[in-house]
Amino acid sequence: MAQNASVGLTGRPGWQRLWSDERTRGLIYQLLAVLGLALVVAFIVSNTIANLQRAGLASGFGFLFDQAFFDINQKLVEYSSTSTFGRALIVGMLNTVLVSAMGIVAATAIGFFAGVLRLSPNFLLSRIVGAYVEITRNVPLLLQIIFWWVVLSGLPKVRDSLALGDAVFLNNRGVRLPAPLFESGFEWVLAAALAGIAAAVYVARWARRRQQLTGQNFPVVWTGLALIVGLPALVYWIAGSPVAWDIPEPTRFNFRGGFNVTPELVALWIALSTYTGAFISEIVRAGILSVSKGQTEAAGALGLRPGQTMWLVVIPQAMRVVIPPLTSQYLNLTKNSSLAIAIGYQDLVSIGGTILNQSGQALEVVGIWMAVYLGLSLLTSLFMNWYNRRIALVER
Amino acid sequence: MTARPFHRSQAEMLPERAAPVTTAGPVGWLRANLFSSWSNTAFTLIALYLLWLIVPAIADWAFFNADTAGDDRFACKSSGACWAWVDQRIGQFLYGFYTADQTWRVDLAVILLIPALAPLLFEGVPFARQLRWFSLAYPVVATFLLVGGIGLEGIPTDKFGGFMLNLTVGLAGIVLSLPIGILLALGRRSRLPIIRILCVGFIEIVRGVPLITLLFVSNIILPIFLPPDVTVDSLIRVIVMVTAFASAYMAEVIRGGLQAIPRGQYEAAQALGLRYWPMMFLVVLPQALKISIPGIVNTFIGLFKDTTLVIIIGLFDILGIGNAMVSNPDWLGLATEAYVFIAFFFFIACFSMSRYSIHLEKRLDTERRD
Repeated sequence: MAQNASVGLTGRPGWQRLWSDERTRGLIYQLLAVLGLALVVAFIVSNTIANLQRAGLASGFGFLFDQAFFDINQKLVEYSSTSTFGRALIVGMLNTVLVSAMGIVAATAIGFFAGVLRLSPNFLLSRIVGAYVEITRNVPLLLQIIFWWVVLSGLPKVRDSLALGDAVFLNNRGVRLPAPLFESGFEWVLAAALAGIAAAVYVARWARRRQQLTGQNFPVVWTGLALIVGLPALVYWIAGSPVAWDIPEPTRFNFRGGFNVTPELVALWIALSTYTGAFISEIVRAGILSVSKGQTEAAGALGLRPGQTMWLVVIPQAMRVVIPPLTSQYLNLTKNSSLAIAIGYQDLVSIGGTILNQSGQALEVVGIWMAVYLGLSLLTSLFMNWYNRRIALVER
Repeated sequence: MTARPFHRSQAEMLPERAAPVTTAGPVGWLRANLFSSWSNTAFTLIALYLLWLIVPAIADWAFFNADTAGDDRFACKSSGACWAWVDQRIGQFLYGFYTADQTWRVDLAVILLIPALAPLLFEGVPFARQLRWFSLAYPVVATFLLVGGIGLEGIPTDKFGGFMLNLTVGLAGIVLSLPIGILLALGRRSRLPIIRILCVGFIEIVRGVPLITLLFVSNIILPIFLPPDVTVDSLIRVIVMVTAFASAYMAEVIRGGLQAIPRGQYEAAQALGLRYWPMMFLVVLPQALKISIPGIVNTFIGLFKDTTLVIIIGLFDILGIGNAMVSNPDWLGLATEAYVFIAFFFFIACFSMSRYSIHLEKRLDTERRD
């Protein structure tokens, strides 16, 4: 039989025999792919060199040290129009990170809240949350961002700002908040806060171990709250309230003191967190539903209260289903923050676009964009993968 | 000692018990879903209060207090919405910059979409076999209708705009990204290392960056990459980029489906003597795609919503037309009206896509036990 097969093969002409061999065929496919790619790359590179020469542009990242002549109104680090392009890009990147981090926190809170409410036995409640989810998920994010921005620009002018308790002012230039001024002695409060967090983590671990060994419960949440909030508050009081608040005061045309959060940032933040929150709520809902009913019943049979069942039995198991898609929602939120350009929030893409127009270094700027976003994606997924491994099911 | 009776008997009738609380009918439903406990009742009251606050206000704004006639915003005198612009601007919102005598071509293309899609989407459509040939030809027919050519007046693609531009980019992206996504997913699981590396590289890079940067690449970088005398139509560039973006996500969705197919299916197909492509197309992909339906449709919905991003590189889709109208002195400040109107279009399109996917999932579910 085997002999027959080999005779059959050898009977064919040589090229056909080669073609019938899976490995040779694979090799040929791959060679063709490499050849095709090499041709495309060569074509692009030769065109690029010719085009850049014609335009008289020097490639390279030297332009990062040139002076940027534009101003940025939303900045986390020192920046002025005499700073360099490189610094402007850093400001932009920090703005991207800022709105993404704020968005991730808010979207997670909204998502978990809405996801649990969607499963509420109350018909009306679950339908209202359902309407929120369906409306935000099925309308383009860009539209929502522009919508919120327009709503915020529709707030009263600075002169007739809406005041919330004489300290927070809403107007069409954004939200004016009291700014904290740290005086000497504040470092002790900070140290106390850190110590409180460390102690709370230690207590939580100790209580967990004790619970696993003896089954005895310990009020971790209250102790933790007391340590994290109470300890710094105590030190704050002892140190003689070392934080002064710079409360904004309305002047004729503007405010004195406080700091301003731009309407662009607020609009982007609201839109990103409500949009992503809707997606997260669906993920949370699916996660909770994926935990079989037997788990809840078993927990009830063991005498756990409904709240305990939710937090000790259902949520930990649901998290395993929730984490991977949650990660990709966080990544989407970070990438979607680039839509900021439509309303003029100066994030990485927006500032990169300005630099691109001023310096003409298109390839380099686009390269930086891609590198930064790929880097952010990588960091987020590394962290979430680490968390996922920690909570993954340990199978026998 | 009197003998106690062996069994006890009731001398008189017990009083009648009240009927149990009904669990059927509207009252039972109300009890079970709205007033089952104190907290539940409280939630119901809060929800009713919220609805009472919101729904009449919205209805008043959108319908009862709205103005519908007039030539500019000054004609709108009431407190509600001003819909007067719709009559004047609806053409632009739907057809972009097509002249009025040419809009029938867009209408016809949309009407022809119905017989093209029906045999693909639903069962029991009459003449389904013949219609499928038409579905195959539809992209060519639609392109001919929209762009023109033999016998029809040519329309340059920069006249495309409004919702029709969203539909064009969205449908083209949907039609192209599914097959490309399938190929990428197969490539990512290929045994040939170079093919696999190329596919992984493409998928991960595209998924790692925002769509905006890809659109900028097509706008700014492509002219640098091409010889100076070659220009690519901006609509085609957008379609290519949107497709590339969606197909990377599609590839990951389908890869998930492929991973869920047990090895035995591959081995059985190979035992039957099927080669790679017949095995994939006849055995593996039909099962994998079925599992991936929710993800595929979600990618489609995402793609369709992303078509609004074309405004960032200067095309006027329905959102771009809306933005232009809102800054026009005649209609200045009617932003809420314009954006609600636009949102309505997307909501209808995306919501029906997601409903259809649920329907399809149920129809294809062969493991249903009920």
